[in-house]
Amino acid sequence: MSLALDAPAPIGFGEKIWRINWGLVLVLTAIAGIGVVALYSAAGGRFEPWAARHAVRYGAAFGLMLVVAMIHPKVWLSLAWPIYIVSMLLLVAVDVVGKIGMGAQRWLVVGPMQIQPSEIAKVAVILVLARYYHGLRKEEASKFLYTLPPLAVILAPVALVMVQPDLGTAMMVLLGGGALLFVAGVRLWMFLAAGIAAIGCLPIAWSFMHEYQRKRVLTFLDPDRDPLGAGYHITQSKIAIGSGGLFGKGFLKGTQSSLNFLPEKQTDFIFTTFVEEWGMAGAMVLLFLFALVLVWGFSISLRSQHHFGRLVALGVTAMMFLYVFINTAMVMGLLPVVGVPLPLVSNGGTAMVSVMFACGLLIGVNVYRDAQLPLRR
Amino acid sequence: MMRYRKGDGERSGLFTRRALLLGGAQAVLLSALAGRLYQLQVIETQRFSTLAEENRINLRLLPPSRGLILDRAGQPLAVNRNNFRAMATSDRGRGVDVLVERLDQIFSLGETEKNRLLRELRRSRNAQPVVVRENLGWEEVARLEFNAPDLPGVFIDLGQTRDYPEGELMSHIIGYTGRVADEDLAGRDDPVLQLATMRFGKKGVERSLEDSIRGRAGAVQVEVNAVGRVVRELDRTEGQPGSNALLTIDLDLQRFVADRVKEHQSGSVVVMDIITGDILAMVSTPGFDPNTFARGITQGEWRELLDSPERPLHNKSIAGVYPPGSTYKMVTALAALESKAIEPWTRLPCAGHLELGNIKFHCWLKGGHGSTNVVEAIAQSCDCFFYEAARKAGIDRIADVGNRLGFGRVSELGLPGESAGIQPSRAWKQEKLGKPWQHGDTFNLGIGQGFMNATPLQLAIMTARIANGGYEVQPNLLLASATPREELVPPKPRDKPTAPSLRFNPQHIALIREGMVQVVAAGTASHLRIDGKGKLVEPQFKFAGKTGTAQVKRITERERDMGITQDQLPWHLRHHALFVCFGPVDNPRYACSVIIEHGKAGGATAGPIGRDVLLEVMKRDPSRKTDGFRKMASR
Repeated sequence: MSLALDAPAPIGFGEKIWRINWGLVLVLTAIAGIGVVALYSAAGGRFEPWAARHAVRYGAAFGLMLVVAMIHPKVWLSLAWPIYIVSMLLLVAVDVVGKIGMGAQRWLVVGPMQIQPSEIAKVAVILVLARYYHGLRKEEASKFLYTLPPLAVILAPVALVMVQPDLGTAMMVLLGGGALLFVAGVRLWMFLAAGIAAIGCLPIAWSFMHEYQRKRVLTFLDPDRDPLGAGYHITQSKIAIGSGGLFGKGFLKGTQSSLNFLPEKQTDFIFTTFVEEWGMAGAMVLLFLFALVLVWGFSISLRSQHHFGRLVALGVTAMMFLYVFINTAMVMGLLPVVGVPLPLVSNGGTAMVSVMFACGLLIGVNVYRDAQLPLRR
Repeated sequence: MMRYRKGDGERSGLFTRRALLLGGAQAVLLSALAGRLYQLQVIETQRFSTLAEENRINLRLLPPSRGLILDRAGQPLAVNRNNFRAMATSDRGRGVDVLVERLDQIFSLGETEKNRLLRELRRSRNAQPVVVRENLGWEEVARLEFNAPDLPGVFIDLGQTRDYPEGELMSHIIGYTGRVADEDLAGRDDPVLQLATMRFGKKGVERSLEDSIRGRAGAVQVEVNAVGRVVRELDRTEGQPGSNALLTIDLDLQRFVADRVKEHQSGSVVVMDIITGDILAMVSTPGFDPNTFARGITQGEWRELLDSPERPLHNKSIAGVYPPGSTYKMVTALAALESKAIEPWTRLPCAGHLELGNIKFHCWLKGGHGSTNVVEAIAQSCDCFFYEAARKAGIDRIADVGNRLGFGRVSELGLPGESAGIQPSRAWKQEKLGKPWQHGDTFNLGIGQGFMNATPLQLAIMTARIANGGYEVQPNLLLASATPREELVPPKPRDKPTAPSLRFNPQHIALIREGMVQVVAAGTASHLRIDGKGKLVEPQFKFAGKTGTAQVKRITERERDMGITQDQLPWHLRHHALFVCFGPVDNPRYACSVIIEHGKAGGATAGPIGRDVLLEVMKRDPSRKTDGFRKMASR
């Protein structure tokens, strides 16, 4: 136990509570508060059916986050693979028996709950990749052969969600996983090669895409080709955002959302609903809060003394970024409409739980930043 | 700081570098989002604000209520009835198939209606509602309300539909309305005509008064949601209801006339005030029920009306053309007198026929009338006199007098579909047939046959212009018109014609009138003065007239020799029976023309109707009545 001499003394409960990033918690709560405001407005100035449940859900998820933050990383290290395998099984299950929702199979009904396994898969991929690279040396990590298993870990869920089909989640897992490989030390030429291969595969992907997905891509490239059909969503969202101006139309005064010109105003287009009423000022505040979360994430990641923590924290940060970026770029007409919610703001239970779970992992990395983790088991 | 494993330092160094790189990339992308926000919300905000307003604000037109049409006493002829309509809007054509199926279950629409609805719903942009079904009964309204949750975008709308309380009796005068057609839009930029529920006058007065009884549309600015449902009203401009119209028609007289004409298969009567030109009655039988058009005529009903040999859709009073026959002889006589071809005392011989080259022109009386002057010739309707008078006057004088009395031209009545008839002349024949005028043509024209064609209305106009002493009176259907806010009152009665004089010699007019008086007193219509029991009919009302029998089919020499009577011919080959008349004799006020299609002989068939109608109108004396007007309550 020579190493035990180097190890710091285990920290007490009070220290753990002290180490929770309460500032980050405050920012997350502020974002969820904006969500309540936006959902209250989306319902035409009523707490029902969304705003009240959103607040309650956040409360529950908040508790979950604190509990997760208290759990020692070594537990996650050992649970990474089981969680991943379970999430893959659930993804297969949803493909087989999933309930049709929004033109795609994404939901699994378990008793009173609707589970979206793809949300679990996002976190599972982060955990498994972090665990894998935690156990590799730098030289190993940069080798091609050692890159094949993580590639499989990423591509399996991507393939399964593409079948549903859920382009948004597939993009998130792919890009989030890619970010982890990048920071883990995979050689740059492999990314270049993957990029070239991806471009080469585009025609094949096109042929596998559903009609509505193709339409969305085409509409994204040229929204005016069908202003009353598929381009309607993007056009109306841009009108709502643009007409909001610098300071917005005022709380509960958004015409585009209250008169239902906005599609999916409580889920994917909640950013639009908020920004129509609060203007560019409100949008910048919201984006600033998310940027704070990202900064916190990076700083937690860089301060972690163990590689597993670094990678988990960075993975969670990348996931948060992808959520925010894909969603807002999509509603502003910079990306095709792919169906990615805005974390903590959009109505929806599973996304809220998975995001808060991930934030719990992130905070846990900070709490146990100097923990000792076994390298190989 | 302690390291727990050799090499983790290197690993964390690489991690830190790459993580910072990643963070930098994220910062750049987030800045791009801010840039996009700036572009949308600052640079282009004006454009998007306009688009948002256009989305939200919808200008809807409020169709004006159509003006009422009343008879001269204020009795309703065309009114508006509440019409509950089922309307539907679609959200950019989504789910219309299901919607139409459900509507079919409620209303049993049928295939054609379903297809029309599908087409209109898919085409409907801007969420403009389309009509599902009109004139809903209470039961249908209730069924629709009951099923409302299953019928998104369907609502009930209260509109108005036209109602014609007199039905067939006034069908040709009032006409009917229908959906706005493309040709109706020509020259009219009234936006209200674009509304699916709007109706437009198609025939009769509904058409001729269209622009005044339609009214002006109001507009309401509403806030609508994405499926086009009205959320609230922002602004409202009231429109103006259409003007109400008081017609010259005397409804009770019209009914009396129609009852008489209906004794025959097909015919027409026009009764006119000779001073004012007011049309007091105008009947063409058979007619049709305009209410079938108001509630939407079926294909079968339409075909039946079109295919009937009696042409019920055709207003014979203004669009039917007939050879006037002997009723034209006043024109020939007046032309001969005006041209000094004959003098009032000139006597012309009649031996039963006249020869021109090798063509024989017969008089209707086989043995001939001997020698007659112009008054006697009119009274006896001697054909030979008028062959000769026509020859002496010449085609040009006859055509001129014919035109001045109203033949060969459309009157100022204003009803759509009026025919000009034909007043033949040298120029007319040259132009139409490419042949020069012949003497024989003049002979035929002299007795109102040959190329000559006139409408019953023109015969009434001619009679009126002779009866009023030669004033160019024009027929008139509109007594008064006023918006619902103004008072609708008929003009004061007047006794002197205001129309310009036709500049005939008053003595000549007097002679013609005397000839027509003699027709009834001692001539071809003297039988009209006595009823079936040999009693004088209403001796206090004296009237004058002229009989006419127009050939439909030329009578051959053989038939003449065989003595084939009209009764032996099929209906459609028999002569038309005509009678024109005016009264009272000493102070004329009313003129009337009667045509019974294929009625065989004017004196026998048309005469009694003319007499009874004229007696009735003289008794009622509607032109001098001022107290019979009933005011309709303005809505």
